[in-house]
Amino acid sequence: MANKQNLTPTNISDDPVPFLSQLGWKDWLYPIVLMASTVFAYSKYSQFMDAYETTFLFGAGIVFSLLGWSWKPVRLLLVGIATLSLLSINLYHGDLESVNHVFFLKFLIGSQTAVMWMNVLFVLAMLTYWFALFARSAFTGKVATSLTWTAILMGFVGLMVRWYESYLIAPDVGHIPLSNLYEVFILFCLITSLMYLYYEQRYATKQLGGFVLLVVSSAVGFILWYTFSRHANSIQPLVPALQSYWMKIHVPANFVGYGAFSLAAMVASAYLLVNKGILVSRLPSSDVLDDLMYKAISVGFAFFTIATILGAVWAAEAWGGYWSWDAKETWALIVWLNYAAWLHLRLVKGLRGPMLAWWALIGLLVTTFAFLGVNMFLSGLHSYGTL
Amino acid sequence: MRFAVSVLTVLGIASIIGTVLKQNEPYANYVIQFGQFWFDLFEMLGLYDVYHSAWFLVILVFLVASTSLCIYRNTPLMLKELRAYREQATEKSLRAFSHQHEYSTTQSLEQVRQDVSHFLTVRSFRLKTVKHADGSELIAAKAGSYQRLGYIFTHVAIVIICIGGLMDGNVPLKVQELLGQKTVESRDIPANEVPKKSRLSVSNLSFRANMTLPEGASADVAFQRVRDGYMVQELPFSIALTDFRIEHYPTGQPKSFESDLVIMDPDLKAPLKHTISVNHPLIYKGIAIYQSDFQDGGSKLNFDVWGILSPEAKPIPVSGTIFGKTEFGAGANGLQLEFIDFRKFNILNLSPDGKGKPRNVGPNVTFKVRDTAGQAKEYVNYMQPLQLDGRAYFVSGMRSSPQEEFKYLRIPADSNFEMQGFMQTRAVLFNKALHQEIASRFALKALKPSDDVAVKNKFEASVVQLLGAFSEGGYAEISRLIEASVPQKQREAAAQTYIKIITGAAFEAYQLGQERAGIKNVKVDENTQAFLQDSLNAMSDLFFYGEPIYLQMTKFEQREASGLQLTRSPGKNLVYSGSVLLVLGIFAMIYIRERRIWFLIKPQQKAVLFAMSANRKNRDFEIEFNRYQSQLTKLLQS
Repeated sequence: MANKQNLTPTNISDDPVPFLSQLGWKDWLYPIVLMASTVFAYSKYSQFMDAYETTFLFGAGIVFSLLGWSWKPVRLLLVGIATLSLLSINLYHGDLESVNHVFFLKFLIGSQTAVMWMNVLFVLAMLTYWFALFARSAFTGKVATSLTWTAILMGFVGLMVRWYESYLIAPDVGHIPLSNLYEVFILFCLITSLMYLYYEQRYATKQLGGFVLLVVSSAVGFILWYTFSRHANSIQPLVPALQSYWMKIHVPANFVGYGAFSLAAMVASAYLLVNKGILVSRLPSSDVLDDLMYKAISVGFAFFTIATILGAVWAAEAWGGYWSWDAKETWALIVWLNYAAWLHLRLVKGLRGPMLAWWALIGLLVTTFAFLGVNMFLSGLHSYGTL
Repeated sequence: MRFAVSVLTVLGIASIIGTVLKQNEPYANYVIQFGQFWFDLFEMLGLYDVYHSAWFLVILVFLVASTSLCIYRNTPLMLKELRAYREQATEKSLRAFSHQHEYSTTQSLEQVRQDVSHFLTVRSFRLKTVKHADGSELIAAKAGSYQRLGYIFTHVAIVIICIGGLMDGNVPLKVQELLGQKTVESRDIPANEVPKKSRLSVSNLSFRANMTLPEGASADVAFQRVRDGYMVQELPFSIALTDFRIEHYPTGQPKSFESDLVIMDPDLKAPLKHTISVNHPLIYKGIAIYQSDFQDGGSKLNFDVWGILSPEAKPIPVSGTIFGKTEFGAGANGLQLEFIDFRKFNILNLSPDGKGKPRNVGPNVTFKVRDTAGQAKEYVNYMQPLQLDGRAYFVSGMRSSPQEEFKYLRIPADSNFEMQGFMQTRAVLFNKALHQEIASRFALKALKPSDDVAVKNKFEASVVQLLGAFSEGGYAEISRLIEASVPQKQREAAAQTYIKIITGAAFEAYQLGQERAGIKNVKVDENTQAFLQDSLNAMSDLFFYGEPIYLQMTKFEQREASGLQLTRSPGKNLVYSGSVLLVLGIFAMIYIRERRIWFLIKPQQKAVLFAMSANRKNRDFEIEFNRYQSQLTKLLQS
């Protein structure tokens, strides 16, 4: 059927280059260093690790290698996180009190301090993005992007060091910082802005930064309120139901979903503005916005599906059934149905236009309710973060 | 499909109801919450267990049916599309495409065919060549055809997941109930007396049942909650609990719940010993046994019972068992103590602003005191004094009905952190025979030696009167006394004077109480004053405590019970495989882009017609088309 023989093409200059041939020496150096560090960590700490943790360690090495290949700037971020986190951990000297008297920990890279820097930088980045949008300044846009990257760096350092801190409290208290609202809100800020930066590069547009960082800054506002008004930023030991390796997978997968849906909603708001003739000359065309919104929802939907399924598998281990119609589960289903319908209408019925943008925007309300509202207003098994 | 989407919408709304209205509460709670009328209506609609109500299941079945129908109708078409190259496309139809371009070329047919084939192949297109009678050739190519599988996978997945879910839901039970073969038991009777109609046999396909096993006990049945009653689920083995453990973090929060189980089964050579914990169930004979919760399993408790209104300061020892009843006193004043729950650890945040750290405040006991008329009040007493606002108090909560919040009585602990000091002072103050003695002692201190006998007598009389009132109803009685005998304008001043007198008298009562207890050289310091102030407040509150006794726990021997959940869910694997299919399908649908390309090579006109289409035209497609178009210009016109 297929005609493949005797091909002697005349012009091969436009042929797609196979992926591995595209890689330069830097692309190889990065995974080699990463895997070497992984092996080093394993050789040093393997006696403390069980099979799951070993799998996670090497799995992380492989995943971040591939991620570095598919999106190059992430390599620098990873190196930065590793350097600052190790430096910070080193400064602790195994004493939780160090954070109060070691200069660098107190003012720069202690866990809470790094998170505070993240907060400040995100808000600054948002203002800078808006300024760049109105001043049509490419340079300011670049500054905003750098600020966002730095905020992400500080946020991840904060989480890493917090992870370490939790073990300093007591070895049995130690756990990955994904267990309460304070921690997952940081994760939310990081994932949402990282995804935004990815699309910023792919679509070569910095005009949406202000929009996306608006939702990130709201999350920052929540973190600040939660820290100063509720003092909920302290590290709490894990309740028995959360002591599971599933937490390391279920929670981040869910937040890729939440982050992507928020990103889509903010892009949708930009789309609606353009549609109404506002800021048209400053924002990307509605085609680009529409496409970006679709891409974000697709990624979000895929990850949200995986997260919900993994949640069900975890529930089967922890609660005695993969589906208990718990409030959080049910709302996850509603969010899922909402975006499934969105995608269905777009992909199958070919629906386009402001209606989908409005829907994506309202979808954020549904998502926010599933994420926060359930914790605030409804009771159930999944009450790990309370307000 | 429109039907399926509407069904999904209804499903979504129904699900929301279930999250807003608390599910599977005891029916009495709903009656209290909604009133009888709404309760009946909601019950009829099955709103107390939405997800297992008949109409909800019917929606699910409709969803399965309509999705299946959708798959049945569209799959052959999709598979045909997946395989087809559409090589029948004519020049006319290709020209009608929105994405097409004609190139003029000087190259030979063979050269073009070769270049174009190569062009397509390196871009992962699969192609088919058709020679036409007029000497032209059509190359039909396609890529990303497996996108179509995405539709099939996702829809099949939804059907599989729903079927799995329906299997594990209580559909079989529902059917049996409708046929009248099974009924729900709502009486509180031992499991072995439950009639066959309310028992589910070992062969029951799927269930989710609960079992509460005290340490040292064993059972071979579990209970499945159905609406306002239950059914007995028989098990193919019996489970014994040898030990239940809770470990705590240094902060007092629970760290782990573990049950040491022994499975006894005639099929086993030796009993199977296994420890389960949260996140680590045991699966035996297809039945998963989970650590679900825990409660008291009948702890033995010892109490000192203090008469709180009597002129005595001697406690009566009483013992009891959780879930047991103990008679106290006899005749018309007889009381029945019903012990409900014992908790060894209580993590409370007692800091005044609520910002401090929660900590373990030690054991408490919940019990009811029932009088001969059958009226009961519920109490919760803490064994050890709690630190409140920097001082130590014995705390007891009281309420007359489960809807009320507990109201708390705080009895100050004495300098030895015991109840003795308070009870001695109280016994003296509430003992009318001693009021004259208190008054005399107080008069000695309060009056100058120069005051004459008449003044002294008057003073003593008023002290005795005040103490009499206080011992009959606390400050409330004093205020009644004031209202009855003092003109309005002077009441404030009188109240202040009276409180001063009571406080002074309490000081004497305290010393007298200590002396009566055999303590010489009663020590008095700044704490005494605060202690007495708290004592007077507590004594006043005793009149609202409901019953004339206070139970102080002195000893406990804890016996715990582990709450197990037992499930058999044959649909689980179906649901999991459906989930895998769903993920594959979603990725195929979103990330595989189906595109078709045609090249009509026309040697006579020295032209090549390039046309491209996709079932989803989006920005990526436009970009790809434009790229190919310019690449082909180079390729064909060079």
